[in-house]
Amino acid sequence: MSLATSPTPLLEARDVHGGYGSMNILNGVNMTLNANQVGVIVGPNGAGKSTMLKAVFGLLHVNQGEILLNGQPIHNLPPNKLVERGMGFVPQEKNVFPSLTVKENLEMGAYLKPQNVKRMLEQVYAFFPPLVEKRHQPAGELSGGQRQMVAMGRALMAEPSLLLLDEPTAGLSPLYMNEIFDRVKQINAAGVGILMVEQNAKQALAIADKGFVLAAGQNRFTDTGAALLADPDVAKSFLGG
Amino acid sequence: MNELVFFINNVVIAGSVTGSIYAIGAIGVTLIFSIMRFAHFAHADMMTFGAFMVLLLTTLFPAAGASIGVPTALIMLPLAMVLTAALAVGIDKAFYKPLRAHGVKPIVLVIGSLGVTLMLQGLIRLFSGTGGQSLYVDDRKEIFRLALPFEGVRAPIVITEPQLYLFVITLVAVVALHIFLNRSRLGKAMRAMSDNPELAQASGINTNTIVAVTWVIAGGLAAIAGTLLSLDVTFKPDLSFFLLLPIFAAAIVGGVGHPYGAIAGGFVVGFAETLAVFNWNVLLRPFRDSLPAWLELPSNLAFVGTEYKIVVPFFILVAILVWRPTGLFKGKVI
Ligand SMILES: Nc1ncnc2c1ncn2[C@@H]1O[C@H](COP(=O)(O)OP(=O)(O)OP(=O)(O)O)[C@@H](O)[C@H]1O
Ligand SMILES: [Mg+2]
Repeated sequence: MSLATSPTPLLEARDVHGGYGSMNILNGVNMTLNANQVGVIVGPNGAGKSTMLKAVFGLLHVNQGEILLNGQPIHNLPPNKLVERGMGFVPQEKNVFPSLTVKENLEMGAYLKPQNVKRMLEQVYAFFPPLVEKRHQPAGELSGGQRQMVAMGRALMAEPSLLLLDEPTAGLSPLYMNEIFDRVKQINAAGVGILMVEQNAKQALAIADKGFVLAAGQNRFTDTGAALLADPDVAKSFLGG
Repeated sequence: MNELVFFINNVVIAGSVTGSIYAIGAIGVTLIFSIMRFAHFAHADMMTFGAFMVLLLTTLFPAAGASIGVPTALIMLPLAMVLTAALAVGIDKAFYKPLRAHGVKPIVLVIGSLGVTLMLQGLIRLFSGTGGQSLYVDDRKEIFRLALPFEGVRAPIVITEPQLYLFVITLVAVVALHIFLNRSRLGKAMRAMSDNPELAQASGINTNTIVAVTWVIAGGLAAIAGTLLSLDVTFKPDLSFFLLLPIFAAAIVGGVGHPYGAIAGGFVVGFAETLAVFNWNVLLRPFRDSLPAWLELPSNLAFVGTEYKIVVPFFILVAILVWRPTGLFKGKVI
């Protein structure tokens, strides 16, 4: 494969080490995701999945290794700079502004592009219709599923090229869970790269172009979603048989 | 009817004056807390500083107001607000920001602000002297007496010019703040950061900008409160001594981190103070004949003497912390 035909990956993480204090939680994570792909991170509790997303989004000091966005090094850039470069992040917890209304939450998503607010609001409302009638209600009063819509909507307002989602279906009823998976597929179909952590590993890997099984801060398995689902070792240790 | 006038003068007007000043001070304290999560003890001295800037400017240009019929001090107020806002931003850069960058616990910032308070007090005293001074350098304080059109009413309702300005400016400040927080992009970002600083950053909001804006608003409001208080009474370098406890009580009563709560808290504390030192004997006078003869009313029937006024906010503070620690509005529990 010649250099000319190899596209620059959307996101590339090479041998990433990092943690919250002096101790490393990530001990050499590698990831490559091309434009328009869905990447899914699975693994046991405490494996460092959320920590890896935080490292990608500049919320964690990377002690060793590097992270590239479209070929440009981004590790240790502050989150607001990464938003400017087209990254959006929906954290696992506390992912809305509870005292702000739904509309204000969404507006904050387009904080750096105020001229786009009106157009993007229309798009997000069309994408998550239940939010329309709740738009003047404080986000803290919504149900879990609607709150997740606000959280994703807020990130979409900035028109990201890469969206990081940390357990978007955690704690949701099966109905909402399917709804969120459908939305993720739709967002991806619109040309947005997705890197998502999921507990519902089977369902998530089924829509994944790339799957990363993390354990103890390292890649245990890395392959296409379909290949990981078919791998008996992965199934036995990480997918509940 | 004379008793009613007495009540209006000594409770309604006096309480609104004190309440407005506490409210404006408490808004600053609450905004700083909601953005930086620490109790800013130097706030009352920023109020004194603002008033001192007005005094300086008024002394330099004493006749500036005469041409348009406004007290010179009021003309100098906008400039003093700018200077106080600059001081607030400067203090943050010099003292609080380095501490935040080290990721210290909030209590370290609180202690730091105590240091700043001592420094400011010393500085102000160095230049102003220790005595009281009127902000009316060249002009005269107008006093309006409104006689009520009822028979037998001898005493008029008395309101001074600075008190009228105080009410108008408080109203304008509160409305402007409301519009800023709910309508402007920056104001909404400020509320967002107060809700969830990490998510604010993840949305691309520059949190350093929000911190600076918070200091500008808090500093500007502090200058307003300090100046209006000094106009009503006199400027004294130790004003903050009488302000610190009530404005913190007001912020906590209203629910820390809640600007509307701070306004409500300011008026609760202000009215509680004036009601506590009000002489209720006056109101009972018309009913003196119907009281039993053995009941000898003392001539001063106030809850506390004026010299103990400062215990009132302290009492309210303790009561609220015991019974409703989140404040009247739901604030952040501290
Ligand atoms: N803010 C923090 N400060 C210190 N340690 C943390 C912090 N957040 C997480 N950790 C630790 O880092 C390790 C990895 O946590 P992480 O949240 O990345 O796990 P995870 O794979 O996302 O797990 P889960 O499936 O439970 O979300 C855990 O041991 C956790 O205790
Ligand atoms: Mg996690």
